[in-house]
Amino acid sequence: MFSELKAKLLAESCEEYLSQLFERIESINRSPLNAFTTLAKESALKEARQFDKNPGQGLLAGVPIAIKECISTKGIETNCSSRILRGYIPPYDAHVIERLKAEGAIIMGKTNMDEFAMGSSTETSCFGPTKNPWDHTCVPGGSSGGSAAVVAGGEAPCSLGSDTGGSVRCPASFCGIVGLKPTYGLVSRFGLVAYANSLEQIGPLTHTVEDTALLMEVISGHDGRDSTSAEGERRSYLPGLKDGISGLKIGIPSEYFGEGVNKDVEKAVWDGIHTLESLGASWQEVSLPHTRYALAAYYVIAMSEASSNLARFDGLRYGSRQGEDKDWHTTFSAIRAQGFGPEVKRRIMLGTYALSAGYYGRYYLKALKVRTLIKEDFLRAFKDVDILASPTMPIPAFKIGERINDPLSLYMADVFTVPINLAGVPAISVPCGFSGHLPIGLQLIGPHFGEAAVLRAAHAFEAATPFHEAKPEVI
Amino acid sequence: MEDVIIGLEIHVQLNRLQSKMFCGCSTAYHNSPPNSYTCPVCLGLPGSLPVINKKAVEYGIKVGLALNCKIEEETLFYRKNYYYPDLPKGFQISQYDYPLATQGHIMILGDDGKERNIRINRAHMEEDPGRLVHAGTIDKAKYTMVDYNRCGMPLLEVVTEPDLSSPKEARTFLDKLKSILEYLDVFDGSQEGSMRVDANISLKGGDRSEVKNISGFKGVEKALSYEITRQKNLQRRNIKVVQETRHFDELRKITVSIRSKVGAHDYRYYPEADLAVMRIAPWVPAIKDALPELPDAKRERFVKQYGLADDHAKSLTSEIKLANFYETVAAKAAPKLAAVWIADVLKGELNYRDLSIESFREEHMAEIVQMLEKAKITENGAVQIMRDLLDKKGGTPQEIVLARGLGKAEDDAVQKAVQEAVAESATAVADYRAGSERALNFIVGQVMKKTRGKASAGEVHRLVKEEVEKV
Repeated sequence: MFSELKAKLLAESCEEYLSQLFERIESINRSPLNAFTTLAKESALKEARQFDKNPGQGLLAGVPIAIKECISTKGIETNCSSRILRGYIPPYDAHVIERLKAEGAIIMGKTNMDEFAMGSSTETSCFGPTKNPWDHTCVPGGSSGGSAAVVAGGEAPCSLGSDTGGSVRCPASFCGIVGLKPTYGLVSRFGLVAYANSLEQIGPLTHTVEDTALLMEVISGHDGRDSTSAEGERRSYLPGLKDGISGLKIGIPSEYFGEGVNKDVEKAVWDGIHTLESLGASWQEVSLPHTRYALAAYYVIAMSEASSNLARFDGLRYGSRQGEDKDWHTTFSAIRAQGFGPEVKRRIMLGTYALSAGYYGRYYLKALKVRTLIKEDFLRAFKDVDILASPTMPIPAFKIGERINDPLSLYMADVFTVPINLAGVPAISVPCGFSGHLPIGLQLIGPHFGEAAVLRAAHAFEAATPFHEAKPEVI
Repeated sequence: MEDVIIGLEIHVQLNRLQSKMFCGCSTAYHNSPPNSYTCPVCLGLPGSLPVINKKAVEYGIKVGLALNCKIEEETLFYRKNYYYPDLPKGFQISQYDYPLATQGHIMILGDDGKERNIRINRAHMEEDPGRLVHAGTIDKAKYTMVDYNRCGMPLLEVVTEPDLSSPKEARTFLDKLKSILEYLDVFDGSQEGSMRVDANISLKGGDRSEVKNISGFKGVEKALSYEITRQKNLQRRNIKVVQETRHFDELRKITVSIRSKVGAHDYRYYPEADLAVMRIAPWVPAIKDALPELPDAKRERFVKQYGLADDHAKSLTSEIKLANFYETVAAKAAPKLAAVWIADVLKGELNYRDLSIESFREEHMAEIVQMLEKAKITENGAVQIMRDLLDKKGGTPQEIVLARGLGKAEDDAVQKAVQEAVAESATAVADYRAGSERALNFIVGQVMKKTRGKASAGEVHRLVKEEVEKV
């Protein structure tokens, strides 16, 4: 798709294309999608004019891209959709932003998300919920709901999200687009505002697998400013992408099917597996026996880390600072009480509890042990198979407001995405069908640094199916 | 004071490093405008990540080895979670389990004059917080300003066992530690706030108090002495000493309670996932090989090589700069004589003027010792030369000798003339004793006559004065 887009941009005008996008966003802004939070219209149009004069050689020259609110962008407000960070304009670019700019991409603006990425519906944002382009009464998934909605809704050709427990794959699944969570360490987290730093990665959201492969080529690679960034040469994901999947061995984790999985989802995913089979792959059942402990371990780890990561937000150095100055304890308590939404507060409190003296061993340390077991589940499975296939989400997009007051049922929806983050392996969600008018995602999971295999399988699937071409009626 | 139990936690800035602990910011922030030596990492801006300064870890291992510690195979960083305005991330990256170094010890001279072994519990790395500047005293400040220049400075925390038994011993320990750190060239103690001490102190059988953030060794001694008095007074009145954290108010020279240990901080230590575990064992052999000679070893060598008295050797090796100064002088002039003059005289003159050894030139000292050795000047003359040099009166020792007539040259004749002249001038001597300085001039004139002007007037004046006062 990028190749077509680039041809169009060269033949016509990038400025015109971008102006049309902005016009569209602004004419329907806030409703129906409420997906962009900040637009960098002026700088984007300037870069577009520059492209029109001299397109340059960058891999993404002239390609507009939307960025999730939690990725640091120099000169563009970065607020994690939280009141406490309103007005914070970073003095530096995240590593991925530097890479995008170096390859000629144009930053369009920032997209809505669950506050500090805590959620899977984009309802906990201080800007209000983003709507699913396929059904405005439904959530787009989350936490990168804005990033998924702008792509599915035709407001941007691609975007970056971040995935801590499914936050790229879930909205990709709910919005009928492609979303990849890379291997932990493949993409530098420098400039990604941390929610749960041992779990999260930045990942692309696009219409096609090829676009995702190209974006991965740009944003991945070693960065000395992130100590968890993997060493080694930058990898290329385009060569071999279309080589097909003849002989590929696919594992079907039995724990990812059955009870709790929507019938339409189960059927679409099985149809997808049979499609892969018809393309030359074989499948076998595998077991990931510790799956049932994954959600508990994930939430203990994520909330514990969040309680520490979010301690820095006090309005003293940046962000919003309301109310009168009293002694520092009173002042900063008030700022935090007003600045954080209820879900963020819940997670900070639970995480603080889990790390407390006397509970650390019972919760955090135990969760780390479970994490190791889950990782070993995957390592064991990948001895027998090349990739795993499962539903991305057990359900299609649900109604806005339906689950917001029932956090546990929201957490439960992450059951097939969080084990991947615990294990640190890569996984992609590709459109594989519909439940009524709502898209369904197929999750393909690879071993550590197995992005090439995952992308190749996803590409083969996409080439053999029509789902990625479907567009919501609203467009 | 056998009933006093003291343990110290010493925060040492490894300020000989070029950059901070987890970012590329320079460590040379002293005397700079507030918040000018900062970056997204040390300011903890959203999305920033720490990267370990390997050189800092190397320095830490160096210190660990010098303190006879066991160096861990692997070391890792933890988050110490607490909220304070000088801590921009809301946690401090520190160490907890698997610190760099554990179970060490150093020898110090106890108050009783005997060598004492002080055990080191551990030494670990962490980042320094920023600096709070209170408008007024800590408990009454109207507002407080924050300077993050210091934030992220590499800190080594050295924790002793409670093996110290008096404020003076605590000071002796700190002097020794400082000396070792400077020998290792990891630390410059002349920078303000480069070494800060938390002291735990209790009387036998009582609860302990912790006095936080004392800067300066004199401060430690004073704070501890105050605490002993305070705790003894409480005991005498049968009031229980409560376990608490106290602050040393340097202006008022007292400690004040800042928080009770009841309901103490829970720092919620947990491993810092942004940093990888470091295998440091492979680094150790090379660092060990490159360790410089340390104070105790140097002192022994000085005794053996130069034949020095132990107390002179100890005094000269107390500071690396002084030891180096001595060795340069000893290479050019009589080592034993040099030791006496540097340790006993020069050091005193420097202390009196609050000057460091850098204020005196090695070649000047060597020249003075050479002249003493050849009896070209008197001891008083040597002292006079040193004072002139320190007081920046200009010239070399040789020039001062000439200008001041401190030469002891043709002395026999001069000395004889002086003695004669004094014996012959009973009236003038009596006048001088009665308070007339000028009376000496008469005697000097007599000597000049006797020596036919060959003696220097200044030297004669001095000799006459000595002779008169002797009688």
